[in-house]
Amino acid sequence: MFYGVDLTSRLMLGTAQYPSPAVLLEAIEASGAEIITVSLRREGVAGAAFRNILSESRCRLLPNTAGCHTAREAVTTARMAREVFGTSWIKLEVIGHADTLQPDPFALVEAARVLCAEGFEVFPYTTEDLIVGEKLLEAGCRVLMPWGAPIGSGQGLRNPEGLRTMRAHFSGIPLVVDAGIGAPSQAAQAMEMGLDAILLNTAVAKAVDPAAMARAFGRAIQAGREAFEAGLMPRRDMACASTPVFGLAELA
Amino acid sequence: MIYSVLGEGVAALCCATALSDRGLDVEVIVPEGSREAASRFAGGMLAPFCEGESAPDLIVAQGQAAVDWWAAHVPGVTKRGTLVVAPPRDGAELDRFARATQEHDWVVPGDLEPDLEGRFARGLFFPTEAHLDPRKALASLRDSLLAKGVTFRSGTPRGHVVDCRGLASRDSLADLRGVRGEMLIVHASDVTLTRPVRLLHPRFPCYVVPRDGDRYMIGATMVESARPGPVTARAAMELLSAAYTLHPGFAEAEILELGAGLRPSFPDNIPAVRHVAGRSYVNGMYRHGFLMAPVCAEQLAAELAEVYAHAD
Repeated sequence: MFYGVDLTSRLMLGTAQYPSPAVLLEAIEASGAEIITVSLRREGVAGAAFRNILSESRCRLLPNTAGCHTAREAVTTARMAREVFGTSWIKLEVIGHADTLQPDPFALVEAARVLCAEGFEVFPYTTEDLIVGEKLLEAGCRVLMPWGAPIGSGQGLRNPEGLRTMRAHFSGIPLVVDAGIGAPSQAAQAMEMGLDAILLNTAVAKAVDPAAMARAFGRAIQAGREAFEAGLMPRRDMACASTPVFGLAELA
Repeated sequence: MIYSVLGEGVAALCCATALSDRGLDVEVIVPEGSREAASRFAGGMLAPFCEGESAPDLIVAQGQAAVDWWAAHVPGVTKRGTLVVAPPRDGAELDRFARATQEHDWVVPGDLEPDLEGRFARGLFFPTEAHLDPRKALASLRDSLLAKGVTFRSGTPRGHVVDCRGLASRDSLADLRGVRGEMLIVHASDVTLTRPVRLLHPRFPCYVVPRDGDRYMIGATMVESARPGPVTARAAMELLSAAYTLHPGFAEAEILELGAGLRPSFPDNIPAVRHVAGRSYVNGMYRHGFLMAPVCAEQLAAELAEVYAHAD
């Protein structure tokens, strides 16, 4: 599904802001996630102890470039991540705006070009813009990660129609909704639309009971996917009784 | 039997005090070349209920003993509670904090801290919490120990080792890690706050703890890193802008100190007493040093007193 790696779970979990590494491990376990993201920018090489605990989860690590504001910073962080984690996977995040943490699409495409050329397998955090998506594919990305809403906002899918269009346009490309998911119902909605996976962090990390919330998300995402595969009924404007109105038995 | 307490931070001095309180023979060994104790950079908040926002119930339950312990051992424990506020557009953070904690009342912040009048429409008040000045409290524990004849020295321990060396104990506690924290101390003559105030923010939370002489401790970052080094510009900017959001008077404050420390932490972030290979360890204080060191110290002293009572 992602760069030749097939997974059972369609949930990816971020690892920041948990009450403790122990609680984080419980949440990962409860969620069933097989991919966890991990940051490097602020922690640096000296964050090894925390990363060693993460490796106990046996999840595949997806290092990210969170906290980078320029293509150059992101490229440098990605190279460092490859050294530290021994993986060519990188979740590419280049922040363009301080308040919304919206991705900077220009720097994103630029950094994606450099990294793909260096053999990285890039997971770009982008918007639902189709042209930016095309440029990212052209740069060599084989996954797109459109936002649901601004990072940590819990607003859910701000632009579901845009994501629907994106799904239709990039039919063979794995699409992961990254950021903005606050509730399991929102995650299920994205899965019902046929998006491939969800990446979230705050909604679980800041829940009063992170492990229980992680489990709830895992189930909602599975339910949403099953519903998509089962084929959802179309919306109709008028009532349509499931029992026929003609041919009723005459009992008298 | 003599007990050799290793270290000079809050865990070490609380352990030495608890052992000495039980009439046991104690010496304090300060290893040469040791880093400044992380407790020097602590906020000194005795706030078990606020910590319950992210800490497990055990910290909330056991930490409640801290206020009385400190008040019985050092002067300067101020029992004025904790005030928690949030900027207007982050009101949801306050609701979340209320859901995640106990023993609080909804208040109008300006009623408690007149300087905050008109700035925040509502806040949470935790009336039973307290605060102290960490450096004064540690100096005071040390003075009391000295007065009771406890020696402070470097060199080889003579008795049963109680290892409270914080992060330096990583050589024997493999699951210990450092969590970096950065803080500032400012002199702000334009601001009057009489109790710790926590400002909730999804990205840049901070707390401000009053110290004497119009000084305030502003803290603290939490970074999963064992990098020692000085405070980063980013941390200083974030903390100062958060303090400024709390009260614009902080813009005119004089920065007296920028400090960074490494919180010794176990994977569950819960402080612990361990007995391994003939040594005792009190470590993993994380961000709960002043709250939990007395609890751990009393537990340790009780356990050791029991063991050696049977041994005699």
